[in-house]
Amino acid sequence: MKKYLLVLLLCLLPAFSYAGQAKDMAADPVLEKRMIGLAENLRCLVCQNESLASSHADLAEDLRREVREQMQKGLNDQEIIDYLVSRYGDFVLYDPPVKKSTLVLWYGPFVLLLLGIGVLVYQLRKRKSLIAETELSDEDAQRAAALLNEPPKLQNKPKDFQA
Amino acid sequence: MMRFILPFVVFMIMAAFMYVGLGLNPHEVPSPLIGKAAPAFTLPQLHEPSKQFSPQDMKGKVWLFNVWASWCTACEGEHPVFMQLARQNIVPIYGMDYKDKREDGEAWLRKHGNPYTLVVSDMEGRVGIDYGVYGVPETYLIDKQGVIRHKQIGAVTPEVLNEKILPLIKELQAK
Repeated sequence: MKKYLLVLLLCLLPAFSYAGQAKDMAADPVLEKRMIGLAENLRCLVCQNESLASSHADLAEDLRREVREQMQKGLNDQEIIDYLVSRYGDFVLYDPPVKKSTLVLWYGPFVLLLLGIGVLVYQLRKRKSLIAETELSDEDAQRAAALLNEPPKLQNKPKDFQA
Repeated sequence: MMRFILPFVVFMIMAAFMYVGLGLNPHEVPSPLIGKAAPAFTLPQLHEPSKQFSPQDMKGKVWLFNVWASWCTACEGEHPVFMQLARQNIVPIYGMDYKDKREDGEAWLRKHGNPYTLVVSDMEGRVGIDYGVYGVPETYLIDKQGVIRHKQIGAVTPEVLNEKILPLIKELQAK
């Protein structure tokens, strides 16, 4: 009797081996946060002014899934970025690398700034030469001094007020 | 005189940049896959899911790989171009039904005609990601060595076919 009871009890054992369902990928908050962090710096190719993190495009969802899976596989962020760039090009990056085709993008503004400073300096110099003070001759200086020191002549002398 | 020439030159430079810039299509992102080997895959065929196809089977041939879907309206636009091309028997056209339901894909081909030598189905869009597909239709021209030579983003129009794709096919076939 004791034997049967034991077998019966053993039959119940699998009931306790329930380990919960396989976790949804999105349910892992740490991974999800890391995925969103990475996806915020990536461009969605369908709606190009949206990041991969915020886009609702079908492709963006697929790519987020892909990024999640790669993270679970243990790839680091740079490897995942390389994976996407090898398929979609630098266009997916909001922070494109400096290379031949992006030189104008990266250094163009500085060239324009230098150009602007150059034009400004040139213009200021030119202006300065236009308004340069000319030396006064002695005669002119005396005339100017005389004019400045002369007591003001009142042209319309107020008449004495007589009642 | 300089007062007039300089602003004019600056204006012309800006106008040239804007003219070119406005003429570009921002949806045409140059693919990094051009000149690289077509990514390998093995996918079930649309009509006979038990059979599979992989691009390695095409070694030694120049072929077109067209990504389409039954939900894609632009695909209907380019479809007659492929129907015509298939009749001419110049180049094998292989199709990939992208993120679609099998029944929908099959029904679409029954309705519009089937120009494809063979169609594979990429239900989850994973192969699509490997090929850098971000809009449908997209068409790849793959050479005898299995290298992607051209990627057409958006519909293949008769102009694109005659001016770009067909000359390139002839050149690649002659090699």
